[in-house]
Amino acid sequence: MIINHPLLGPRDAQEFTYLGDASLLNRPDWQAEDAAEAFHDYLYLRDNPAGEHRELWYHEQGDRSWLVVTRNTLTHEILKVELARDVAKAAGKAAQ
Amino acid sequence: MHKLKPITPLGGDTPRVDTVGSITITEVVDQALASVAARNDQAGAVQKALADKIGLSLPEVGQSSQAAPYAALWMGPEQWMVMAPHDSHELLAAELKQIVADTASVSEQTDGWCRFDVQGAGLCDLFERLSNAPVRTMGSGTAIRTTAEHLGVFLWRLAEDHMAVLGPRSSAASLHHGLLAAAKSIA
Repeated sequence: MIINHPLLGPRDAQEFTYLGDASLLNRPDWQAEDAAEAFHDYLYLRDNPAGEHRELWYHEQGDRSWLVVTRNTLTHEILKVELARDVAKAAGKAAQ
Repeated sequence: MHKLKPITPLGGDTPRVDTVGSITITEVVDQALASVAARNDQAGAVQKALADKIGLSLPEVGQSSQAAPYAALWMGPEQWMVMAPHDSHELLAAELKQIVADTASVSEQTDGWCRFDVQGAGLCDLFERLSNAPVRTMGSGTAIRTTAEHLGVFLWRLAEDHMAVLGPRSSAASLHHGLLAAAKSIA
């Protein structure tokens, strides 16, 4: 499998490690009223889609950047690769 | 008084040199290293500080730059490895920290790495047996971080027939074995 790194171009998947669902970027506010429940959901609840899935990959044997990879779990086709920092920054701006 | 004796990454008194066919593999021990990681939104300030003070322009993605006696490699987003001769810049990290101040985090890296310079015709034949980096399309001055012999290494193309390999010092012998084995297989 080849992952098309946004900065470095196509790189072999053996250079990467997989973390999981990209929703892990959306860490709840620990000071909120419902923090305990929000953290339960954040930690344990995942969608398990047959189809497009956004997931976090780490370029461990490369530039050590975190990526958000959109992958089709049925075909393994990789549809989109973004730097996780860009995704998080964009989400942060949208929330304000 | 302690009598401490410096040894090379391969454990010798002097840097090791091996010649296999047209390939020469040289253990390089005379470089001091330090990493410079820009703090949040400070990349421009770091680049300016190093350019103003030591004339080193930090390289773009996958590139390297030189401003004698310094050289720099791109390591990752807004992070660089800076090198200089160990004899004159043993305290490279402290020196760089003075320059970049609070705009970047600087880490001493000298003893974390070993370096082998591989020179000779057939360089690409050797490295395509050792790693999956696209060595044939690497131009002079480009650097790629990838795996070789199961180790995370930098491949830094210094010239058409000259590649520097930086790897983890504690695995120097394994990396050296991998380079030698690949060199023998093409000799």
